[in-house]
Amino acid sequence: MSHDHDHPSYLQHHFDTPEQQFTSSKLGMWLFLATEVLMFGGLFCAYSVYRGNHPEIFMYAHQFLDTKLGAINTVVLLCSSLTMAWAVRAAQLGQKRLLPFMLILTLAGAFGFMGIKYIEYSSKFDHGLLWARAYEPHEEGHHGDDHGDGHEAGAADHGAAHDGGDDHGDADHNGAADHNGASDHNGDAAHEAAAGDHGGEQAEALPDGVLEILPSGLKVEKSTIAPPGSAPSGTVLTVSDDGHGEHHGPEPEKTKVFFSIYFLMTGLHGIHVLGGIVVIFWLLFKSLGGAFGPEYYTPVDLVGLYWHLVDLIWIFLFPLLYLIH
Amino acid sequence: MSTPETKRGGLPHQPPGNTLGKENYLNASRGFLSWALTLDHKRIGLMYLVSILTAFLGGGLAALYVRTELIAPGQTLGDADMYNQAFTLHGAIMVFLFIIPGIPAALGNFVLPLLLGAKDVAFPRLNLASYWLWVCGAIFAVISLATGGVDTGWTFYTPYSSSTTTSVIPIVTGVFILGFSSIFTGLNFIVTTHKLRPKNMGWFNMPLVMWALYSTAIIQVLATPVLAITLLLLIAERAMGIGIFDPALGGDAVLFQHFFWFYSHPAVYIMILPAMGIISELIAVFSRKHIFGYTFIAYSSVAIAIFGFIVWGHHMFTSGQSDLLNMIFAALTFSVSIPSAIKIWNWLATLYKGSISWDTPMLYALSFIILFTIGGLTGLFLGMLAVDVFLHDTYFVVAHFHYVMFGGTVIAFLGGLFYWWPKMTGRMYSETSGRLSAALIFIGFNLTFFIQFILGSQGMPRRYFDYLPRYEFYHQVSTIGAYITALGFMVAAYSLAMSLVRGKLAPANPWGGNSLEWHTTSPPPLHNFEGEPRSDDPYDYGDWKWDDSVEGFVRKDAEATA
Amino acid sequence: MASSTDGKHVPHVVPLWILIGVLAILLILTWATVAVTSFDFGSNMNLVVAMVIAVIKAALVVMFFMHLVWDRPFNTVIFVSALAFVGLFIILALLDTGQYQPTMIPGYTAAGGVVP
Ligand SMILES: [Cu+2]
Repeated sequence: MSHDHDHPSYLQHHFDTPEQQFTSSKLGMWLFLATEVLMFGGLFCAYSVYRGNHPEIFMYAHQFLDTKLGAINTVVLLCSSLTMAWAVRAAQLGQKRLLPFMLILTLAGAFGFMGIKYIEYSSKFDHGLLWARAYEPHEEGHHGDDHGDGHEAGAADHGAAHDGGDDHGDADHNGAADHNGASDHNGDAAHEAAAGDHGGEQAEALPDGVLEILPSGLKVEKSTIAPPGSAPSGTVLTVSDDGHGEHHGPEPEKTKVFFSIYFLMTGLHGIHVLGGIVVIFWLLFKSLGGAFGPEYYTPVDLVGLYWHLVDLIWIFLFPLLYLIH
Repeated sequence: MSTPETKRGGLPHQPPGNTLGKENYLNASRGFLSWALTLDHKRIGLMYLVSILTAFLGGGLAALYVRTELIAPGQTLGDADMYNQAFTLHGAIMVFLFIIPGIPAALGNFVLPLLLGAKDVAFPRLNLASYWLWVCGAIFAVISLATGGVDTGWTFYTPYSSSTTTSVIPIVTGVFILGFSSIFTGLNFIVTTHKLRPKNMGWFNMPLVMWALYSTAIIQVLATPVLAITLLLLIAERAMGIGIFDPALGGDAVLFQHFFWFYSHPAVYIMILPAMGIISELIAVFSRKHIFGYTFIAYSSVAIAIFGFIVWGHHMFTSGQSDLLNMIFAALTFSVSIPSAIKIWNWLATLYKGSISWDTPMLYALSFIILFTIGGLTGLFLGMLAVDVFLHDTYFVVAHFHYVMFGGTVIAFLGGLFYWWPKMTGRMYSETSGRLSAALIFIGFNLTFFIQFILGSQGMPRRYFDYLPRYEFYHQVSTIGAYITALGFMVAAYSLAMSLVRGKLAPANPWGGNSLEWHTTSPPPLHNFEGEPRSDDPYDYGDWKWDDSVEGFVRKDAEATA
Repeated sequence: MASSTDGKHVPHVVPLWILIGVLAILLILTWATVAVTSFDFGSNMNLVVAMVIAVIKAALVVMFFMHLVWDRPFNTVIFVSALAFVGLFIILALLDTGQYQPTMIPGYTAAGGVVP
């Protein structure tokens, strides 16, 4: 404004020059990428802690992930990274036909990735290989026979199957099993019941878990810690070292946490892919209108950076989840 | 442009440099949408200010409820559940809705571009988004309140937070959103500081509050994402039962505390660093003396930001954290006291032989130095492993925390608010009521919290609804102190509100500061400066002299700015 | 690094052979990281090998696809410090949980819900 020389339409009033605006946007984007790295860093931390302390569950459970699909997805994502980088190049060189073409290829990669992810997820759902509370694997051969019975008895009273002495080893037989089974199928109904109708069956009408209410209004609550005696942990299992070649083997304790981590990491990553799809579509529409050229291609560049970061995270997720030896 | 405002012209005296009734950012455009969709950092700052003060009122009322409940043993106002919800509400509102956005997003938004001589922040739309995200987060907090409240405390520790039946998910979602609001502010400030300084302003010509805001922004960007993932995991824990933090499902509850404090220790520096920045300005301006040890104060801000990341485990000494980590974190914790102490000494050296004027902002600044010193020194007790095992989760911690957060941040926030108020509104407040508010808050605060050190060291646990009769006296003193503090806030609010009605019109530079915001009019025009601002040493006050006719400072080389 | 005196932005264009070459290396490394899983390198070395390959791949993406080698150095500082803080977080959390795991009493469990 204070300068009289040409002020292009894409230059915002508080910047003096296009270069200043461009480098500012770039800096902002890198800061944003840093926040993404730290956010995923939390999940990598959870991963490391569980893998560091319970390597056997990772050895065991990664067998249920399909390495081939994971590898294909890696290739798909790497290729879409190339087309994205190429799109930036096309924008910089003012290749107005090539830019949308490259964006479409990138989108194809993104959709391909999500499609394969969908196949993987649905097979996990089919086999009940889900996050901890919903975890109830039921494939022939890798779970005790008695578990299979429980499954046939129907999903509705799965809690009973838990009591049948399965080899989960998750120490939730006593009391906790009710909690676990109920929440599997009825969502939070158990919780809500406890909150809503205070002690339907309890004579003194005390809220669940409350022993008594003192005259001062203070509640004396029951301990929610179950001592060792009352909650026998499942059969102690050891995993054979050669978990890889031979399929399955006995299931270690806490295996369900692996699937929690798997769904969290790939899920958050998948959400980022979906976000990428949205912004690349936006770029596509803008580029068809000829919005980008050598002087102004900042959005293409920034979306590119984002897309490469999504790729980058997958580069780590693939070996960490699928390729455990 | 001046016609609709002429009746304001009827006021006694309009000093040069005051633009009320003329063109300024407040009347540059009109209507609700011109505020709700504004990209002007000054308006966004004001909207933030009004919003966070509303939140502060809510959090303050919750605090008064808590103190009133504790005035006598047993039930006083409501039952124990009500009490649990009140202190959770107080903590969550004050931390996430008030203190964290308080100085950076409200005051910082207003002054940061002015301090840099810039027209705006680097990303004005992101700035607006940040504000509306704040509003969104606040709405979720209200939803949580309406659907039964939360009783986990502001720290949301598992496994309780994953098993309580209160409405945890809404408030955690709200805090998650507030986290993004905070990240966007930080990101914006970093880029603005890097890219929008005037050509002749090097890093070491920036006012120190800029260094503080910059260091704060680093923490906001690097720490807040970890809070986001923590809260996401907590939501997933409750909604889906992922079990990462739930021992019943094979998880690890202590890990939650690592996650939470990896953010929340640095977050206390998000809260205190900008406060320290304001104090550096106030001490120098009201001593009319160049700040002592500029580079030390500047670097100590950055050092605090970095050290802040390696000490989080001092919140977990009694959580089941291993002895090895306890020792590592206890040792590292002492390192953060060094840069804070550097600041204190430099402020004291600045005051030494200064010609001190006892204006309201200065009273707050001096309060800050006293209270923050007490807060900082009592932190050493808590950082020391052996002592902390005894003091952990007692009122000693409550007192320490409030000396830093309230005695530190809130006091500095008020100091900054009174300092920049004339710039924001173009009005002067009454010094009498301003000083009275500072004195009342200082007295009330000490009455409330100093006695809690004693209470805590005698073994009174925090967050308890009931207590033994022998603690009653201390609790009563504390509650009376809280009422006096509340009175102080009412006086402060009265003082500022009345200034809008019948305050004197403010000159461009009422305090004689030399940072760039005093080089423009009060209130500033829409694009902040007429022409290119000329920046020099922000702590060299030699160019300004008091002028009785203006009731403010004017440049000695007076090219009369009429 | 693109800059010019009059403040106009001059883009830095990455040659096509670099982009395609990087992709080729990435694909080869992907093949390699799958292939090495059939060898047993002994205690945790498989993890180390997999991570080294992943870090090389990530570095290629960051440096060339994301332009970082030609970009302003401060952007590298930001990215590397983000990684450093993640590393700090993971190392300390891992160190701690590894220490206290053995001290946990087997069978103790927070019941989560209500003990009958
Ligand atoms: Cu701390």
